[in-house]
Amino acid sequence: MGKYALRRILQMIPALLIVSFAVFMIIHLIPGDPAKIIAGPNATDEQLAALTRKFGLDEPLWKQYVIWLGNALTGDMGYSYINNYPVNQMIAQRVPATMELALAAALIAVAISFPLGIAAALKQGSFVDLASTVFAALSFAVPSFWLAILMILLFSLTLGWLPPSGRPDFSEQPVEHLKSLIMPALVLGLAISAKIARYLRSSMLDALSQDYTRTARAKGLRERVVIGRHVLRNALIPVVTVLGLQTGDLLSGAIIVESVFAWPGVGRLTVQAIGWRDYALLQADVLYIVLAFMIVNLLTDLTYGFIDPRIRYD
Amino acid sequence: MSREKATRKHKEQPVTFDTEYTGRSLTSLAVHAMLHHRSGMVGLIITVTLIIIAILAPILAPYDALEMHPEDRFHPPSTTYWFGTDEFGRDILSRILMGSRISFSVGMISIAIATVVGVTVGLIAGYETGWFDTITMRFFDALLAFPAILLAIVVLAVLGPGSFSAMLAIAVVSIPAFARLTRANVLAEKEKEYVLASRAVGAKPTRILFRGILPNVVSTLLVQVTVSIATAVLLEAALSFLGLGTPPPAPSWGSMLSVGRGYLPLAPWYGIFPGLAITLLVMGLYLLGDGLRDALDPRRQKLV
Repeated sequence: MGKYALRRILQMIPALLIVSFAVFMIIHLIPGDPAKIIAGPNATDEQLAALTRKFGLDEPLWKQYVIWLGNALTGDMGYSYINNYPVNQMIAQRVPATMELALAAALIAVAISFPLGIAAALKQGSFVDLASTVFAALSFAVPSFWLAILMILLFSLTLGWLPPSGRPDFSEQPVEHLKSLIMPALVLGLAISAKIARYLRSSMLDALSQDYTRTARAKGLRERVVIGRHVLRNALIPVVTVLGLQTGDLLSGAIIVESVFAWPGVGRLTVQAIGWRDYALLQADVLYIVLAFMIVNLLTDLTYGFIDPRIRYD
Repeated sequence: MSREKATRKHKEQPVTFDTEYTGRSLTSLAVHAMLHHRSGMVGLIITVTLIIIAILAPILAPYDALEMHPEDRFHPPSTTYWFGTDEFGRDILSRILMGSRISFSVGMISIAIATVVGVTVGLIAGYETGWFDTITMRFFDALLAFPAILLAIVVLAVLGPGSFSAMLAIAVVSIPAFARLTRANVLAEKEKEYVLASRAVGAKPTRILFRGILPNVVSTLLVQVTVSIATAVLLEAALSFLGLGTPPPAPSWGSMLSVGRGYLPLAPWYGIFPGLAITLLVMGLYLLGDGLRDALDPRRQKLV
């Protein structure tokens, strides 16, 4: 187990190097002189020269990358082009909002997908089963930003129950804060719950046809015990992986959902960074999101072994 | 050794295709299965209808998509403007009809690029397992470490916003899936007897790959292509919604929603119809892909 974790972490290094290089290249592939982008259109030649020296833009590309990577490894991701703040600080300010949204969305997804997936498997071919199929197709086809717009139309503009956007401070307006969380979390949660439900359904069906389920029934166990202790417990193992893989979808979804609802998280910051042409911020932002995504994938694989001791890593 | 393996495989899996007693080709069986796949046919009908609409859009559209009617700004849906008008008094129905051409062209061209690149790389990587395989697959693993939309955003940041950039960005995002799928299929196919046979008679690798193996993996790829176009349409709409895809005044569905989002209290229809169009197109492709998957899978054919 420890060995496996170590090997997986070592395997992340080449991938991270490629990602970091790709991210580093963002700034150098953009047409035009980075110094000009930083200095703005009205900069003088002296200012440009000073900036070029300051950011080391006159060094060869490989050297710039090595310096940048060295700084990144010590946690220094540079300064924002627009306000000269450390980008780490700008991103750190946005992390809580995204974490809150992702967590709420994950809770909603589990609350919807588990009952739906289980019911669909137990009553195969029933109305619930059909509903879960339609729900899966809809959740794929309905774009999250459109669902968000429809919800704003219904809950904010027609019924007036929820605020259409923003995130009031929890310490000052706790109720308003929670209200503002509902729609973004619902849009994000619905999008991933269908996938989890479909997966749980098929993994339940698989477990239901296993010998141990027949044995449990033959022993005369009550159906609730058979389903709860034997079927569900085994069916949940692959679902954990799917839950982990949904983190990527959560992060992708957050970029869009946060933009629609003006939710001040990391996803919205990514889009804003492009609008501001703040490529130092964008670099750091992308690198952190990818790193978070990789770590969650690793943790998912490791959890697998905790839940099911039969799984050997080697 | 590999020949022994192939023979053993052959003995374990006696050929039991329906062809033996129906005398029908696999293609005709697949077509038959598809025709009897209800949701797949619904998907096919939706998709084909929308393709025809996209082709005929200039004839079908009641107005020019860019024509402004300043006196009719935010005109609610009526007999004159079926889907209402936007902030410049442009007819939303006409814009949606013309917008279907953007969605289709971006979706199809980006996936065409992704298919050609991904399949070629996958074929070579799967057949000549070696340094090329290791390098490309490691590279694609790194690409897969990005959430799709984030990777597209990064590519767009480099290329600058626009329809063409969006097309390339979506292609880049979609390549790894095609390469991995093709590679996995080639790895399975290349141990089969027909490949060993053509290698034995001295066929060149290119011939074996493109004339021998490729036709055998086409059905899997077809499903992937359909689903990928659906994803590409969604991605284009999302990028345009974020202001990174097709720029105004082109009637892209995503950017229409993005602008419409700002006028919801004034013109709710503006935020409804373009989204309906996206959903319809993506749903059609999704159902079609699902139907194809069932129809082309020989193991499932008897169930249909």
